[in-house]
Amino acid sequence: MFAIEVENLTKEFDGFVAVDNISFSIGKGEIFGLLGPNGAGKTTTMSMLSTTLKPTSGKAYVNGFDILKNEDDVRKSIGIVFQDQSLDEELTAYENMDFHGRLYRVPKEERQKKIAELLKLVELEDKKDNLVKTYSGGMRRRLEIARGLLHEPDVLFLDEPTLGLDPQTRNHLWDYIEKLNGEKGITLILTTHYMDEADKLCNRVAIIDRGKIIASDTPEKLKDSIGGDVITIHSPQKNDLYEIIKDQTWVKHLDLHDSSLTISLQNAGQHVAEIVNLSSEKGISIDDISIHKPTLEDVFLHYTGRTIREEEANTKDRMRMMQRVRR
Amino acid sequence: MDIVYTIWLRNVKRYLRSRSRIVGSLGMPLFFLLVLGFGLNSVVTLPGMEHGYTGFIIPGIISMSVLFTSVFSGIQIIWDKQFGFLKETLVAPVSRLEIMLGQTIGGATASVIQGLIILVLSLLIGLNITSIPGFLIAIVFMVLIGLSFTAFGIAIASRMEDMHGFQLIINFVVFPIFGLSGALFPIDSLPSWLRSLTLLDPLTYGVEGIRYGLLGSSQVNPLLSFVVLTGFTVFMVVFGAYLFRKISI
Repeated sequence: MFAIEVENLTKEFDGFVAVDNISFSIGKGEIFGLLGPNGAGKTTTMSMLSTTLKPTSGKAYVNGFDILKNEDDVRKSIGIVFQDQSLDEELTAYENMDFHGRLYRVPKEERQKKIAELLKLVELEDKKDNLVKTYSGGMRRRLEIARGLLHEPDVLFLDEPTLGLDPQTRNHLWDYIEKLNGEKGITLILTTHYMDEADKLCNRVAIIDRGKIIASDTPEKLKDSIGGDVITIHSPQKNDLYEIIKDQTWVKHLDLHDSSLTISLQNAGQHVAEIVNLSSEKGISIDDISIHKPTLEDVFLHYTGRTIREEEANTKDRMRMMQRVRR
Repeated sequence: MDIVYTIWLRNVKRYLRSRSRIVGSLGMPLFFLLVLGFGLNSVVTLPGMEHGYTGFIIPGIISMSVLFTSVFSGIQIIWDKQFGFLKETLVAPVSRLEIMLGQTIGGATASVIQGLIILVLSLLIGLNITSIPGFLIAIVFMVLIGLSFTAFGIAIASRMEDMHGFQLIINFVVFPIFGLSGALFPIDSLPSWLRSLTLLDPLTYGVEGIRYGLLGSSQVNPLLSFVVLTGFTVFMVVFGAYLFRKISI
């Protein structure tokens, strides 16, 4: 039995297709990541699965409940940490938790016990009576996660859980998330545009771009699929370089990008010297050459031909365009 | 019911914590009460003013205080929308009607407290409460004004994107409702076309009801006031709930 099943889910806004016919399933106890640039459709997917947005077409089941027919059952069985803050700043941490517990009809004694337990888990117990407006970004995030767990959901949705947090706090949060999954067996579905986050946390990742899932597998398999190593070369004559390298037998995959050239291959160390020799023979200058193990960033590049950062700029442009059209 | 109570509790907690709001929204009613009350008390005598002009406008100023606080409480949902808290409430497995009722009763509570503060302060400038039933009648009318206009605020907030339209609502909707209500003048002395206009204003019945409770006399039959204002309250709550159901985040 799956925790989440999605079949041909689509969402359109005034002719703009935000989520385009996606299908995937998540097993119980998995940490599943939706990875993609801003505006790829991650949050829209989350909103549909958490019943706050009606899909244009397609079906989805969360814990076996139909998101269209059993809204309340879906809502009871999930916890959500939204991308934007959703705490009441004029209330204390304890009161925010208490409010949530009452909304989800957690009986009083259990509620008090769980609140104490969870505030301890996220290390906020000594500040529980402070107003949330005095909290830092990291503390708020931790409080929101604690709150999302109060009614013991089977699935926890985390929408960009570490957006805007400093590296230390991020590491801290990652530990919590792993601990939650390990100790409580909660299924986690998280969206992120941080490649390292998806790589570190997720058992499985779906890469989503312009509303479509373009690849889905474990981070390891995704990385293996594009070869053992990646060489990235920056050169003013990258087109000439492309012509020489593409005929070499050891090249598994070769991509030409706006500012660079990437080669996927096995045993990169042996071939770097060869590349340098070849290019100096032809009089091609190289600004920079580097070898690294493939990251999910390379996977994204491989499937879309763009880096996530380039894509983000494009998305912003597109959003701006859309806004202009609306006006 | 427990969900309505939960939302109510949050609203009341927030209200009691915002001292500056409590004190701040006393400013305008007190200003009206003192300036108009003392300024015009000696020169204005009209039929229906056995208690002097100050005594006459006290119920009007109490209504004003309840009116402004309740509309503001309702519109506050926009803050919740902008600061994200509304999402937390809307995604919980509770009905929108329960949320809306909790907000309405919470806003009404805050506005009645605000009205009671004016009432207590009025005791210092000469208001005498002679009968307990009359006092209770005044409270009932305050509650009705509070409920109906909080629901009115929620209805508006459900249709507004942000707080930019707030001034517009205050100046072109709330002030006219106050001004036309007979809070500051006896409606019987008005030209007949203006009088019919005031009778279309639901607040008139609230003011007259409170006036009957506190002063023992009014220009509109208190039973009629009660029926009209109750009808308006029911309508506003239903209408507000309908619009709130369609709010999107």
